[in-house]
Amino acid sequence: MIAPLFYIFAGLAIVAALSVVLQRTPVYSALSLILVLCSLAVIYLLLGAQFLAVIQVIVYAGAIMVLFVFVIMLLNARQESPTDHSLFARRLGLPLLAVFLAEVIFVVVGHFSGTVFAAGATFDGGPGAVGGLLFRNYVLPFEVTSILILVAVMGAVVLAKKQL
Amino acid sequence: MITVQASDFIRILPQEILSAFAILVMVFEPFLPSSRKVVLGWFSLLGVVAAGAAAVRTSYSLGPAFNASIAADPFSIYFIALFLLVAALCLLGSFNYLQRDNINHGEFYALILMGTVGMCFMAASTELIMIFLGLEISSLSTYVLAGFKRHDGLSNEASLKYFLLGSFATAFFLYGIAFVYGLTGTTNLMTLSERLSRTGTGGTPLLWVAIVLMFIGLGFKVSTAPFHVWTPDVYQGAPAPVTAFLSVGPKAAAFAVILRIFLGAFHAVGSVSFQMLWLSAILTMVVGNLAALWQSNVKRLLAYSAIAHAGYVLVGIAAGSAEGVSAVLFYLTVYALMNVGAFILIAPIAGTGERALRVEDYTGLGYTRPGVAACLTVFMLSLGGIPTTAGFLGKFYLFRAAIHAHLIGLVIVAVLTSVVSVYYYLRLVVVMYMREGQPQATSEPLPLALRVALATSVIGIFVLGLFPLLLKKKGEAEASPRHTKLAQVR
Repeated sequence: MIAPLFYIFAGLAIVAALSVVLQRTPVYSALSLILVLCSLAVIYLLLGAQFLAVIQVIVYAGAIMVLFVFVIMLLNARQESPTDHSLFARRLGLPLLAVFLAEVIFVVVGHFSGTVFAAGATFDGGPGAVGGLLFRNYVLPFEVTSILILVAVMGAVVLAKKQL
Repeated sequence: MITVQASDFIRILPQEILSAFAILVMVFEPFLPSSRKVVLGWFSLLGVVAAGAAAVRTSYSLGPAFNASIAADPFSIYFIALFLLVAALCLLGSFNYLQRDNINHGEFYALILMGTVGMCFMAASTELIMIFLGLEISSLSTYVLAGFKRHDGLSNEASLKYFLLGSFATAFFLYGIAFVYGLTGTTNLMTLSERLSRTGTGGTPLLWVAIVLMFIGLGFKVSTAPFHVWTPDVYQGAPAPVTAFLSVGPKAAAFAVILRIFLGAFHAVGSVSFQMLWLSAILTMVVGNLAALWQSNVKRLLAYSAIAHAGYVLVGIAAGSAEGVSAVLFYLTVYALMNVGAFILIAPIAGTGERALRVEDYTGLGYTRPGVAACLTVFMLSLGGIPTTAGFLGKFYLFRAAIHAHLIGLVIVAVLTSVVSVYYYLRLVVVMYMREGQPQATSEPLPLALRVALATSVIGIFVLGLFPLLLKKKGEAEASPRHTKLAQVR
């Protein structure tokens, strides 16, 4: 049951991610991104991380995407016009990307071929377990994240405020 | 059951003090009139000194902290001391600059302190998640600092380029971490090292991909070729004291991470890291030094020279021995002194708005401003690696370590390219002393704070150049306990 679901949603995530990049209209890109985030949430669920799946939908697909769409509306972003790509990017960009992707896929497939994946809920992915990890094993990263956010806020003010 | 103890907090004391001072700077900022903002700068300097005292305290209670996400070991203390030195020199060099260029805001000092916090966390972390957080804290601060001249087009461009390419590079690093976690089930460097050595040497192709991805992310931060393209533009556009900060601080921090990850955790798969480091070192030295030959802008020239110096450091890392690590530690301190010195000296020479930045603008500077020219000459000679300066001994130790590790080809390239580099360093000296002309540079006397910073750098360069063992012994002690296994890598 898990394998077909995984393939469906993994495929959906990849197609939607391509759509994020290829769409010319920013709003379409943002909407495709919601699809990517929701497919990822399903994959988390398949792995047994139900709390992360819910958070993914609420925080990313919900709150952050609303911000994205607001910013796009406020900036009144129109359809992108194609830029004159640099010669380097046009000639070498796609081939290099293709080589890199092929390499990664080859290695990953070679490594995992024959193994059974997604063993399902072998661990507790509930809020209690996540909270325990976050506030015991990873309490320092959790606290230091607040410094990171403080720096980000400071940076946004410095760069964007009209009169400092 | 894991509990947090008081000793855990003592082991991250320098980071705590720096963060506290950064927050205090932001609290006091609104209450000071814009003419008195420099008070905040001196206050930040006090914070750096206090953090230095805290580092001394930490060095008396070494050990892992917070469930082994961070380690207070001699290695991290050494790097924290280095970052504090860099932060102090940059702060001293920036006071006058900020007033002159009318960007005198308290946020500048807070961001410098926060950037230093991030770098300290990077050097001290033994947990990939913490390394990532440290990397992001230091990166975000430097992205903003690069664009601190908000009404200057070049500065904005620098900030944007640094931000976009930097985020891209961070994504690679994160991708690598994800692969490592998927393969080994841990992000802790010690556990990682154990698990990898248990599964035997060589590793799987998937692990190689992870190693390469992580190296791309870190290679961007230390600006190794071919991930260096952002460097000249960012160094040129950023305000000069910021360039001084980001040409040394984040670079040294990323080197600390490279040492910990590639020589520490991944030593079981040393051959892959070795080939990658070897190739990257050669490319970086050649590209950096050759491109610097064609530069007419002093900041761009020093940017390419900074790229080349990253290549020399990679030579020491590729050696993979305890001797190599100790040489790298010594070299990073030397590099910090001479590079920070050169960049904070450029600021007053260039004048308001940093206009006089071409090499020709330095014509005749040796006669009109002998003191300034003499300082710049010392930095250039040291960067070029002329004997009696610390730059020479730094390179000597690096190349000797590489020869002992039988990396003859690498050393030949390194020596040849450093000979090339002498040409462009001396070009500046020749222009200052041997050409007649009226320099474009302003003639106002240097402010006291800047003089202190310059004197520290120049004295440091000569002291380390003549009595290297003062620091070298320390570097060896730092390198030995953690990296003794490294000699057996190959």
